[in-house]
Amino acid sequence: MTKITAVKRRIPERSRKPKPPVDKLWQLRLYVAGQTPKSLAAFSNLKRICENHLSGQYSIEVIDLLEHPQLSKGDQILAIPTLVRKLPQPVRKIIGDLSDTERVLVGLDLRPAE
Amino acid sequence: MPHHLKGRVTKRGGHRPAAPSTPARLPRCPTGIQGLDEITGGGLPRGRPTLVCGGAGCGKTLFAAEFLVRGAVRYGEPGVFMSFEETEPELEANVASLGFDLAGLVGEGKLLLEHVHLERSEIHETGEYDLEGLFVRLDHAIQSIGAKRVVMDTLEALFAGLPNEAILRAELRRLFRWLKDKAVTAVITAERGRGSEQLTRHGLEEYVSDCVILLDHRVNDQIATRHLRVVKYRGALHGTNEFPFLIGDEGLSVLPVTSLGLNHTVSNERIATGIPRLDAMLGGRGFFRGSSILLTGTPGTGKTIVACNFAMAACRRGERTLFFSFEESPGQIIRNMHSIGLSLEPMVKRGWLRFHSARPSLYGLEMHLATMFKEIAKFKPEVVIVDPITSLMHSGTDYESKAMVTRLIDYLKGGQVTSLFTSLTQGGQALQHTEMAMSSLMDSWVLLQDFEGNGERNRVLYVLKARGMAHSNQIREFLISDRGVDLVDAYIGPNGVLTGSARAAQTASEKAAALAAQQESGRRKREIVRQRAALERQINGLRSEHEAGAEELRQIDEEVGTQTRQLNTERTELGRLRQADGSVSPGRLGGSKSRNGT
Repeated sequence: MTKITAVKRRIPERSRKPKPPVDKLWQLRLYVAGQTPKSLAAFSNLKRICENHLSGQYSIEVIDLLEHPQLSKGDQILAIPTLVRKLPQPVRKIIGDLSDTERVLVGLDLRPAE
Repeated sequence: MPHHLKGRVTKRGGHRPAAPSTPARLPRCPTGIQGLDEITGGGLPRGRPTLVCGGAGCGKTLFAAEFLVRGAVRYGEPGVFMSFEETEPELEANVASLGFDLAGLVGEGKLLLEHVHLERSEIHETGEYDLEGLFVRLDHAIQSIGAKRVVMDTLEALFAGLPNEAILRAELRRLFRWLKDKAVTAVITAERGRGSEQLTRHGLEEYVSDCVILLDHRVNDQIATRHLRVVKYRGALHGTNEFPFLIGDEGLSVLPVTSLGLNHTVSNERIATGIPRLDAMLGGRGFFRGSSILLTGTPGTGKTIVACNFAMAACRRGERTLFFSFEESPGQIIRNMHSIGLSLEPMVKRGWLRFHSARPSLYGLEMHLATMFKEIAKFKPEVVIVDPITSLMHSGTDYESKAMVTRLIDYLKGGQVTSLFTSLTQGGQALQHTEMAMSSLMDSWVLLQDFEGNGERNRVLYVLKARGMAHSNQIREFLISDRGVDLVDAYIGPNGVLTGSARAAQTASEKAAALAAQQESGRRKREIVRQRAALERQINGLRSEHEAGAEELRQIDEEVGTQTRQLNTERTELGRLRQADGSVSPGRLGGSKSRNGT
């Protein structure tokens, strides 16, 4: 519980350190429903991937639908966990616990699909 | 095995004392869909999901929408419509055709529309997930308006949108369980499977086990009919037949035929047919009010004429009559009836008579029936005429048609409406044959028939059956003239039934024969009189002859006397002259003299 709520707010402080170009900010939103193992796994996987590939260029917003169920409509969330890439456009959705790093990178357009 | 038995015995023993309490009936959730609640004995299983499946365009979404709207409006149960295919504005527009104001209900907080958009191309799958988001969303929607009813239309869109079927199936199972736990009555729609062994394309029936309703839209002889069938209804009796249903401008209506009981109130009142002789054939008083009358006949036997007379009689009594015509336009009927001196126009103008004409092929059977129901409900007639029911019946299959007529008759009888159906018997068919054995539904059956002979066709009428009243067994000739219709006794003689000019000829020849017989006897009488007169004359002749004989005898006697006297006189004279003595016997002398004389 504490693990996710600790990073619930955006974390731009760290990302500013390497002075990234402003237009290349990756705005990510992770939807979870409570502290399920899948959600925790997704969050830690996401953090790891971002640190490795988008160091300093990303922000993660975690939305717990159990607390804010009304937010599920906006991004048309069905599956949990769902990662939504709000920026850069177009919007992409990645569902699952993000355990397959390769597929996450393809999904986030960080690596072209073979 | 012994353990099993033992368990059973104890169980049974344990049950016994509690047995008298009646088992709890599965509570129902009325759908408000006309007719469906009758079939299902009250509605869908309350608090459980129901699967509604069917092919494209069979009315699944409208079914679901009506379920929610009726629930919200009529039963005070708010509902959530979760649509996977149509957006909220689309949905609102689509059901507006049924007169449902979704936006208004949403505004009142009685309804919640929730469009779930799922685009597979936007979704990448990495690892484990579940559909908790959907649950949260649905839960939130249910909570926000206190929904009692939920529609998911069509849940199967998930199969197209989500790549992992194994997860999806596990989640669906959980979803239905969850819906039950929420105690909402849910309608889940699904596409019909391609094969006959599968109800839905993705086998959703596997999860929804309480109630499954199948909708169908098929075309018979170029006329499309919708059907509804309750495939499964766990723990409840239900009509298992396929019922035609239709989507009208007031929503769906299912037309159950078997659900209606036979418990109409009956009337002893009799109503005249407009043809006095026909009344006379029916015990002198016509048909029972509220009964159903069948009028069959081959083409051109005057079915419509009898029907119009019946209508006219009703109008004259001041009863409203609704005339459903499926072959002729109102104008045509009115014109044609003028030719027999029946003026229907004033009745139409006064509002006693209303015509409703439609081509049978205009739409399917169930639509016709619904239209008729609507017209009947609107006009509230005392007499309904359907002319002819047969052409209507050709727009459906046998079963459908019979079901429809049954339904119609039940409906009319329920309202104490007297109904007259004309039925065309095709040439070559047995006369006492009716379409789909319809006659058994009817209380009275009047048959019109053609008699062909002597180079002419003549109409006859007879009463084949009339439940509950004495009726004539006679065949009557049915005459149509410009003064109306009349029934006359047909000639029944050794040569069978004679009608028309043959009857007239027969009557004439009988008259002639009678006259001839009369003349003959007169002649014979006169002959005898003449003979008697002749005999009389003969007798008179003989008598006079006889009398003449007697006269002659008398004259002879007289002559003899005279001669004797003369002889005596002469002898006396002679004797006197001869002065003979008197001793000479005059007798002897006279005797010889008379002998000589003769």
